[in-house]
Formats: sequence, structure tokens, C-alpha cells
Amino acid sequence: MAEKKQDVLLEVKNLKKYFTISSGLFGGKTEYVKAVDDVSFTINRGETLGLVGESGCGKSTTGRTLIRLYDVTGGEVIFDGAEIGHMSEHELKPYRKKIQMIFQDPYASLNSRMTVADIVGEPLDIHGLASGQARQDRIYELLHTVGLSKDHASRYPHEFSGGQRQRIGIARALAVNPDFIICDEPISALDVSIQAQVVNMLEDLQNEYGLTYLFIAHDLSMVKHISDRIGVMYLGKLVEIADSNELYERPEHPYTQALLSAIPIPDPEITRNAERIILEGDVPSPLNPPSGCRFRTRCRYAMERCSQEEPQLRDIGNGHQVACHLMDEK
Amino acid sequence: MDRRILELKDVKTSFYTHLGEVQAVRGVSFTLDRGEALGIVGESGSGKSVTSMSIMKLVQYPGKVKDGQILFKGQDLVPKSDKEMMGIRGDEIAMIFQDPMTSLNPVYTIGDQIMEATMKHQGLSKAEARQKAIEMLKLVGIPSPEKRVDNYPHEFSGGMRQRAMIAIALSCQPDLLIADEPTTALDVTIQAQILELMKDIKDKLDTAIILITHDLGVVADVCSRIIVMYGGLIMEEGSAEEIFYTPKHPYTMGLLKSIPRLDLAEKQRLVPIPGTPPDLLKPPTGCPFASRCPYAMNICIETMPEYTVSETGHRAACWLQHPDAPKVEVETGVKRGEI
Repeated sequence: MAEKKQDVLLEVKNLKKYFTISSGLFGGKTEYVKAVDDVSFTINRGETLGLVGESGCGKSTTGRTLIRLYDVTGGEVIFDGAEIGHMSEHELKPYRKKIQMIFQDPYASLNSRMTVADIVGEPLDIHGLASGQARQDRIYELLHTVGLSKDHASRYPHEFSGGQRQRIGIARALAVNPDFIICDEPISALDVSIQAQVVNMLEDLQNEYGLTYLFIAHDLSMVKHISDRIGVMYLGKLVEIADSNELYERPEHPYTQALLSAIPIPDPEITRNAERIILEGDVPSPLNPPSGCRFRTRCRYAMERCSQEEPQLRDIGNGHQVACHLMDEK
Repeated sequence: MDRRILELKDVKTSFYTHLGEVQAVRGVSFTLDRGEALGIVGESGSGKSVTSMSIMKLVQYPGKVKDGQILFKGQDLVPKSDKEMMGIRGDEIAMIFQDPMTSLNPVYTIGDQIMEATMKHQGLSKAEARQKAIEMLKLVGIPSPEKRVDNYPHEFSGGMRQRAMIAIALSCQPDLLIADEPTTALDVTIQAQILELMKDIKDKLDTAIILITHDLGVVADVCSRIIVMYGGLIMEEGSAEEIFYTPKHPYTMGLLKSIPRLDLAEKQRLVPIPGTPPDLLKPPTGCPFASRCPYAMNICIETMPEYTVSETGHRAACWLQHPDAPKVEVETGVKRGEI
């Protein structure tokens, strides 16, 4: 951790989330899927941290555990000075207001039987923030903020396109004036031309309200665009974290290098002449991850040591942290 | 040998729903040669998938190819019966779908599903077909194919399922391979493997490929020629270089500006295309993009422009290309890479 005096909003220390899988009808041996295993990072106020990785790497589970949609198996989540990882639901309620989430699927995350006004108004009711005329004014204001009009308030979600639904989801998240929003693949389900609309809006809202984002996505170009810093996850571990430009210009972890080189760049000359690192095989099962470094089975630099010893995340300067034994060779 | 493998002439496909006729494809013409990779890009609802389904004659009820010709090796596919199409599908034209989970049959082994095609179309015996299936799995890079051939789809990972799909598609050495969003459901590292495989197939087997996607990076990588579709029509067609470096249609320009560039260090604000795509139940009489186009003129709303074609075959349907059109400062494509 760089000793810069920055205002830390969220600190995650050794976060673990294990899902249990009981084998056999009568219990027997319990196995664990270590979806998030010992992940630590901090997010400063007003910053956007991007979290990338392939499916099954634990990026969404990290987001959902932070917001306590899942119970924390181990470790701490310190939000604005308070440890929220192990609070009871009652103690947590005031924090629920400060942390909100935008979901990936704008079709599944809106209740199809509720009008837009009710969807956006529900958080106001739950937290007792506004009622009557004030509630209605607030709903109109929120719809206006996300680029919808008040005529939309009485309609149902099926009457909207994907991009508009995502706007409704954003309006709902903004309803309680949160400090921190977890965006879990907010644009993956949208068309290219609509993605830019939503991303620009997220950026504007951040500037206007001083929001802090955790932006989870697998589209690395979009993550780079929106994030100040980026963390790369692989099989439940954070393998590298750095400023976004630093990460794209000097990726140190072999996995990050492969991930970045795999992105097809929308420019025929560049992409055809680009040197691709093609990773062999698939991500191993998280039920039985490889010993030592979890990436070693697909890593082209894997050494003897990688199978025996798990690399720890270490700072190599400028807040650029990498978990790889190769860093010792340098 | 005639290199021309496919020619579409003014193909129109509509869906007759209870709300009325949805004109998904409103007159599409293009050609494709052997060993060529053609990319079709466009947003959802632009008609790119329906175009491919029309070629395969897989448009489901209430949809129907209502007009036009689809010439495959000189023969028109449109009037062909289902039975005749069954002899062509899977044999001469094969297709890879977006979702490998739902396109494989869960109750048959991967081997059985590859063998089905070769036994039906090539008349191989069971033993020969099995051997062929193992060969195909090896070709697409499945490790230990002798064992994997007896696996069921659920025992394969997402990337491996897509490879198995490609193995099925290629087992009869089709002349034309249609890949509809083949990598959309996959992770980038797996996507890179699959794209590499597709390029390989094209070069080795001289297969013609139609790659349908919304990812401009993917087409830039694989395709030599690109078609941009919008509102059921081809807006622009050209070589990959023409489309990316000197686009003529404002929609293509809009698409290029709305995606973030990974290779540019400075952070630029994205330029979205305002508005939403047109409703194809009541398609606009003029250019379908007119309502979202920053350069739209009165004529754009009234009349659909003809194609303006350059000597290299770069064509665009836009009134701005008309000789009498006002000269506007039009921003062109992406910055050409420094290589």
C-alpha cells in the first residue's frame, strides 16, 4: 500500500468467500469452492476500481460479498471506517443506503410487475427517505438524471429497451444517494452504440455526485476506459493491481499479459500484426485448484517453485502490485 | 474453378406476427468467394442473424424469405424443399451458433453428434465415422480426443463445447461456414483460441466464412471484407481497411467512435450514437439511420439512398455520397496504426 495520504473509502482485507458443496446424500466430506480466496484491495473516495477476469474468477462474487449479498467466509470489509463484513442485518441497514449495486442483466433485475415509479421509489420507501409529493418529485428527478422523462414513470419494464432498463436500474441505485456503487457488468448485455451512452452517463454521475465505483466487467477495453485502477483476478485470487495505464503498458503477471494480448483491437492493421499470447487449455476447476500459483498450469514461464509456493501480492513501485515469483528474478 | 460460392440478390425476410409484418431483412445483396472471410456487423435487430438464417433456410415460423434469390454454387436455395435443404445443411453449408450449451444435444456424446453428420452425408460406416470424429476433435485442438469423443456435452467446458461445435460443422468439409456470434459467450483468452482456429480453417481448407458479430475487434482480426447492417439493410460494405480507416456511412463512423480504444493512452470521452434503432414493424421509408444521424437531411427521411460504389467495391447507402450533397466535414475512421 502506497503511503499516499488518500481518502480510503473501502478497504478489503483477506476477503474469503467459500461455497460449500456437500458430497453424498448423508453429508460425508464437505468440499468448498473457494470462489474468492484471500483478496485484499482498497478503493479511494471518488475513484473507479475496475475488476477484470474470466468467468469463474470470482470477480462478481467479490462484488456481491462486499455488498453482503453473500455472507463473508473470512476477512474484513471496512467501509468508511466501519467493519461491515460481519454486521447483523439490523446494524447493516444504514450502510445499505451508502452502497448500491447495478446489475448485469437489465431484464432480470427489474421486477416486471412493478411500474418504473415503484421500482425507483422502493428504496425511498424502505429507507423512509421520502413520501407523498416529495417521493414523486424525487422519482421524477431521478428519472431526469438518468435521461428518462416523467412520462416513463407509470410504464412497466417490458416497454423499455435494454439501454433504458439499465438507466432505470441506475436511477434505483441513485435513489438513496449512495457513496459507493458496485457495477456488475452493467453494459455487457447492451449494444455497442448504447454501451457508450451508459458509460458516459456513469462518468457524468461520478463527477456530479462524487461517486466511487467498483466496475466489474470482462470487456477489458471498456474497463480501461472507465477505471482509474484495475485489479486482475484469476481463480479467486487477485494476481495484479495497478493504475489502468500502467497495467496496460507494463503488465507484469503472465496472466495479465495473456489477457491483454487476447483482446482483438478494432483496427485491422494493428490487430493482425499484434503478437498474441494464446493460452492453452481452460481455467482449472475451482473445486480443486492447482497447488502453489493457481495460474501455473497455463503459464508459459512456470517453474518448479510455482507448484510449491503460493506467490503473494507485492508492491513493485507506484502502487503496482503483482503476485508472481518471476518478480524475484528481476 | 469458379471461386464464387454465394450470392444473395435482394433477399427480403419477414416475420408475420399478430402485430403485423416485421421486416427483419429488407433487401440484402452480397457475394462471397471461396476462402474468403466476410464479417457482418450490426446491433441486435439489424437483421444480421436473420440474414444468416435465411441462407440456411432456418427461418422459423412465422418468418419467411419472401423475396429475392440466394444462389449457392449457382443454385437458388429459396425454392428448395426442406428435404433438399437437409442434404445441403451440415454438408455443404454448416453453421456455428452463439450458445454452445443449447446447440449441443445433452443426451448424446460429442462423438455421436459428430458422427451423425458424417454418417448421414458421407455414408461412412460407424467405425469410420468414429475415427473421423476423433480426427476432427484433434483438428480443433481438444486434448486426448480418443477419450473425449465419448464424453457428453456437460463434461466439456464452454470453450471446448464451441470447439466441438466447430468440429461438427467442419466434419463434412463444408464449402461455407456461417458463424453467428461464435465467441460472444466465451472469455477473451478462449475467444483468441477460437478465432485463431477459424483463421486456420479458412487458410487450410479454403472454406468461405461468414462471421456475424457485434464486436468490431473480432471482425478486424478475422475478416477481409465487412458488411455493416442497420435496420434490415446493408449500410456499407468494403474491405476491412476501408471500413475502419475510411468509412463512408455515418452509422459506421458512429460505431467506431462509440467503442473505447485500448491502444490509446489518453482517455477520450466516448461518442455514443443517440437514440435507439428503428422499429421494423413500421420501418421508416427513408434511411433507417436518419433519426439518429447527425448529418440527416430532409431527403434522408423521405427516400432511401442508392448505393454509391467505388472502384474497389466499397459501397455505402448514404445521401452524403451523392454528387449534389452538401459538403460536410465528416470525421473519418480510426487512426491508422503506426506499424
